[in-house]
Amino acid sequence: MNALSIRNLKKTYNNGFEALKGIDLEVQAGDFFALLGPNGAGKSTTIGIISSLVNESSGSVSIFGHDLKAERSLAKSCLGLVPQEVNFNQFDTVKSIVFNQAGYYGTPRKLALQRTEHCLKQMDLWDKRDTVSRRLSGGMKRRVMIARAMVHAPKLLILDEPTAGVDIEIRRSMWKMMQEVNQQGTTIILTTHYLEEAESLCRNIAIIDQGRIVENTDMASLLARLHVDHFVLDLAEPLAHAPVISGYQIQRIADKVLDVAVPKEIGLNYLFSQLSAQNINVVSLKNKSNRLEQLFLNLIDTKPAGNS
Amino acid sequence: MNYSIAYRTIVTKEIFRFIRIWPQTLLPPAITTALYFLIFGKLIGDRVGAINGVTYMEYIVPGIILMSVISHSYANVVSSFYSTKFQRNIEELLVAPVPNWVILSGYVSGGIIRGLLVGTVVALISLLFADIEVKNPYITLSVMLLTATLFSLAGFINAVLAESFDDISIIPNFVLTPLSYLGGVFFSVKMLPTIWQSISLGNPILYMINAFRYGLIGVTDVDIQLAFMMTGGLILILTLVSLFLLHKGIGIKN
Ligand SMILES: Nc1ncnc2c1ncn2[C@@H]1O[C@H](COP(=O)(O)OP(=O)(O)O)[C@@H](O)[C@H]1O
Ligand SMILES: [Mg+2]
Repeated sequence: MNALSIRNLKKTYNNGFEALKGIDLEVQAGDFFALLGPNGAGKSTTIGIISSLVNESSGSVSIFGHDLKAERSLAKSCLGLVPQEVNFNQFDTVKSIVFNQAGYYGTPRKLALQRTEHCLKQMDLWDKRDTVSRRLSGGMKRRVMIARAMVHAPKLLILDEPTAGVDIEIRRSMWKMMQEVNQQGTTIILTTHYLEEAESLCRNIAIIDQGRIVENTDMASLLARLHVDHFVLDLAEPLAHAPVISGYQIQRIADKVLDVAVPKEIGLNYLFSQLSAQNINVVSLKNKSNRLEQLFLNLIDTKPAGNS
Repeated sequence: MNYSIAYRTIVTKEIFRFIRIWPQTLLPPAITTALYFLIFGKLIGDRVGAINGVTYMEYIVPGIILMSVISHSYANVVSSFYSTKFQRNIEELLVAPVPNWVILSGYVSGGIIRGLLVGTVVALISLLFADIEVKNPYITLSVMLLTATLFSLAGFINAVLAESFDDISIIPNFVLTPLSYLGGVFFSVKMLPTIWQSISLGNPILYMINAFRYGLIGVTDVDIQLAFMMTGGLILILTLVSLFLLHKGIGIKN
């Protein structure tokens, strides 16, 4: 069964900007799915349409088999949304934000109280339940939104850049929480612009760029394609020309700095033995590539716009 | 699907909102109207003498009560829904399976409750100044309820269309207050020159104030049936407009 299926979804905003140019997407029930793309690619627009916050221009969305137009209430009941920006009333307490959301989904009071407690504990916020939400830290506010999204026990949880702007430690703990929720059977769709995040969490991935899906595959086969790493080498003595070593592309960036493209199947050992043989001493080395950037470049190289 | 829980959640949230900020929402009308009764009713009223067969104090009590109902039901919905929209927590309702008519009923009910509560507070204060025996409780209560409903709806539409905090104060200041004063809170339209009498008859608030005055003290300048029809008709129109705006997602969806 598909948790989500999107057909030929298009969106043109009122100012004439075409944010989505025909998106097709399927996400299996139980999946942990990444929707990856640079800023402005159309991730939030797509999610906005799925969650009824944005009107689509054309196309269809169904959630667990319920068409969003024809069976709106059923479709909505299956979905929990964690939006990109904080959108709760900052003067309300943590508990009332989550509890009221349960009410909007029609949860009876007693069950709503139980669910609220459960979700707040799961998000490590139970101690903060009576705090006015304005006083929470950024990471806590995100967790309030996750608890709110889960209070009606949705089958599909969508998180729009849940870890943007939170520090590493909190990011890790949020990853762990999301993994637990997924293991308990909830399908998760996550948008992000960090490949690393998608890589450590998700099984399947779609990449969106300029309103089109440019790639839709499983994580393992995508990563296998990222076979070249770039390294920057700092040298002990200046060089006049870049050395030539077969198998590697080497560029001289400055007198004492080289940029080396290293295919994964060859590795680094051969490079260093050849550099030693040529009496070039390396002082230090750092991994240069932004893998996501490289990934986009690769995709855009192979799939020119208008051809997806 | 049963939407009564969602409805109750919205209404409860609305009630807590205005109670939490009671120094802004419940206290001011008590003070202002007490001053009205004291200054206009007592100090000036004693010199004005009788009007349409009742004392001036008795004459102005219904208008002042209804004016408070109008401004508070309107203010409640316009400020609550506008800030919900502004802080984007309207999205909490939009993602949930809550139909538009439930959202509208919830906010309008909040406005009605605030309007009636303030109306009751003002009525109690008026008892300190005037000795009023309600002539027709059914008319009194139904006019109060219909008026609160109508102005809650109007506040809702204002909030949906507003794009800034300025936009939510223009109508109350430049339309509602003048129309209430000109709607005969402090005078009988029969005291006006003929031309102004005819113009006043285009002011819907005049009908509500007079119908309410009729319910309370049995005095009116207008036909009661016409007043009910007009209020009911306006409620119907504003309900349809509100539902249309919500359906189109105007001001709340892209
Ligand atoms: N309300 C709007 N009106 C006009 N353009 C918009 C609106 N919202 C978003 N956009 C544009 O649509 C594109 C996609 O935005 P968005 O979906 O938010 O991207 P992402 O979430 O991937 O960063 C961007 O170019 C953005 O500027
Ligand atoms: Mg976004």
